[in-house]
Amino acid sequence: MATESAETADGGLVFHPMDQFIVKPLFGHGEVGMFTITNVTLWLFLAIVAVVLMMVVGTSKRAIVPSRSQSVAELAYGFVYKMVEDVTGKDGLKYFPYIMTLFMFIVFANFLGLIPMSFTTTSHFAVTVVLALSVFLTVTVLGFVKNGAGFLSLFWVSSAPLALRPVLALIELISYFVRPVSHSIRLAGNVMAGHAVIKVFAGFAAIAAISPLSVVAITAMYGLEILVSFIQAYVFTILTCVYLKDALHPHH
Amino acid sequence: MATETHGAEAASTCVDAGGSAVGMPQLCGDWIGNQVFWLVITLVVIYFVLARIALPRIAAVLAERQGTITNDIAAAEDLKRKAEEAEAAYDKALADARAEAQTIAQKARDDIKADLDVAMEKADAEIAAKAAESEKAIAEIRDSALANVEVVAKDTAGAIVAALGASADDAKIAAAVDAQLKG
Repeated sequence: MATESAETADGGLVFHPMDQFIVKPLFGHGEVGMFTITNVTLWLFLAIVAVVLMMVVGTSKRAIVPSRSQSVAELAYGFVYKMVEDVTGKDGLKYFPYIMTLFMFIVFANFLGLIPMSFTTTSHFAVTVVLALSVFLTVTVLGFVKNGAGFLSLFWVSSAPLALRPVLALIELISYFVRPVSHSIRLAGNVMAGHAVIKVFAGFAAIAAISPLSVVAITAMYGLEILVSFIQAYVFTILTCVYLKDALHPHH
Repeated sequence: MATETHGAEAASTCVDAGGSAVGMPQLCGDWIGNQVFWLVITLVVIYFVLARIALPRIAAVLAERQGTITNDIAAAEDLKRKAEEAEAAYDKALADARAEAQTIAQKARDDIKADLDVAMEKADAEIAAKAAESEKAIAEIRDSALANVEVVAKDTAGAIVAALGASADDAKIAAAVDAQLKG
């Protein structure tokens, strides 16, 4: 957007809040092709490293009395395990590794994105849409495989009056197909907005009179972003569990 | 929107000549393929790391810990039960000992009583025998005393008669004394 650009006359304020989301090659300045190693690649790789450090290296001692890192890994394990068990029931535990993968990836991508100068992979719709679509497709396929045509009873609210059911079915159907959209935009939108707001506050720091306020605002936003990072990962995961429950038990 | 300049530096339609983002980078189609490709690889790697290594390991650790806790609690219960058993055995032994002591004491008492009875009987019998013997001896003594009195009386009477200057034969004196004794 033109207004973001620096060259507006007054005060020399420079706002480039969206520049942090630019994908660029890590080496050289060429085009970004499909297999180019970019900053996306780097931060996705760091997410893998973080997951491995916490879940594999941290638990390598297999201690009965856990060390600090091991107890954090166990905490994450227990957190997601209990979530899957509580929401989807015992038969959902088969899918626990997939849900754990989603949770660990999102949580680490979000928190790595909070490192200054980093690139936040989960702020891109391309990333969250892939996550949400994979959940949506898996759940839909799983629903039909497990329940056959009975999966459609998800849309047929048998507890409602008969006259209302077609209307409700239409609403349920629409809401079902909106799921991947809301599922993905919720995550990317939250992360992106927070990061952009921090950048805008940072732009104001150029004015000496406002800069203390700006620093306070950035700090406050950063605290909020830490919350958002975890909560959005949690929300994404628990919604995945809810959708999975619908696929396994479509009857209301 | 900014003019879509394709500067020499701009590698994409989403970045302007100054290297700033044009619009939302999130909506730039040029980068989607790259992101999706690396994301899928990342997810697959994380999935295998978790499913093959991390999750089974943590599950094993948790199960082992649960097992250890269960075992420890079971062992503690066992020990407690043993302690209770030992206490019960001790109490029982104490009660037994007390009962035995009582029976022994009772038996001792009975024995002593029996011995005592026997001894008393024997003593009674002896006393009775002794009494009978004594009585007999007394009777004998009395008889002999009576006889002696007769002899003494006859002697004395003879002596008195002699002293009075008269003489009398023994037969006469004896008959007189006998007559006197018979009253």
